[in-house]
Amino acid sequence: MLETRGLTKKYSGVTALEDLSFTLEKGKIYALLGPNGSGKSSWMRLAAGIDAPNAGEILLDGKRIDASDRARISYMPTEAIFYSWMSVRDVGRYYRDFFPDFSEERFEALLGLMELEGRMSIKQLSTGMAAKLRIAAAMSRRAELYLLDEPLNGIDLIARDHIMEAVIGSMRDDAIMLLSSHLVEETESFISQAIFLRNGRLLEICDAEKLREESGKSISERYRELYR
Amino acid sequence: MIQFDPSLPIYLQVVNALKKEIIAGRIGAGGKLPSGRDLALMYRINPNTSVRVYQELERQGVCFTKRGLGTFVREDGELVPKLRMEMAEDFLRSFLKNMEELGFSRQEIARKILEED
Repeated sequence: MLETRGLTKKYSGVTALEDLSFTLEKGKIYALLGPNGSGKSSWMRLAAGIDAPNAGEILLDGKRIDASDRARISYMPTEAIFYSWMSVRDVGRYYRDFFPDFSEERFEALLGLMELEGRMSIKQLSTGMAAKLRIAAAMSRRAELYLLDEPLNGIDLIARDHIMEAVIGSMRDDAIMLLSSHLVEETESFISQAIFLRNGRLLEICDAEKLREESGKSISERYRELYR
Repeated sequence: MIQFDPSLPIYLQVVNALKKEIIAGRIGAGGKLPSGRDLALMYRINPNTSVRVYQELERQGVCFTKRGLGTFVREDGELVPKLRMEMAEDFLRSFLKNMEELGFSRQEIARKILEED
């Protein structure tokens, strides 16, 4: 269980998150949704143990998250995270050295799915290929919590298909999966719940299938209702 | 992959897709259905939705689960004709509803169907 309690974060005096509280459960895939500046990336950096909050806390199975929890959290930021002189294979070695839960076998399998080769160099990779490599590395860890910041942004349809397959195929009953996205429609078919943020506050968490069953609405329609 | 209607429950859309596979004979009587994980990957759905798909198909008497072995289509000669009629009636009802909303009478609809080639 991942509990966010009364979380507030300010960056140089500007409030990014304000008194945010919600709980996520294992075995579910969450989409973190909201317009730019709603606090998605800020929350993710706190949940990943990269930044510390000004007030409140995030607890993973009852333990307050800090930098030491990076060993059990697989976080994929939006920006490039590998050195340009590295090869795809080097990225696997780098992850193996850093994270005890990294599986080389899983990494190889995901590279195959993503149509990436070990000898390719990072500086040759297109935007879509680099995004696929970041996902392959993040999903090769057997983490308790996966945090993927905009994994579908700015890449072509086929690369997106590969990424969604990797996400669905990596899902486990004892893990929490969360991805942020601007591409609401792309995530509708496989997410369990959508978390809607606005101005650093929680608007609503809704169960995707329950929304469709009870009100005949899609997540995209709900998004438009909430933010229009 | 199928194109989902995002405002209708996903599990029902996958239930219908699997019934079509069975009616078309692509999955035969006694045939094994994909594992929950494979179904999730094939249709790009949540693995929890796969569980619900099989619960629903079981409830409707289409398939059964053997513990540890997987989910199988029931071996029942009546199954395919029955599913085929049920689905045909569903399509017919929604077709008639749409046509009637356009102001066509049953006779006009029947005539249009016969004229259509």
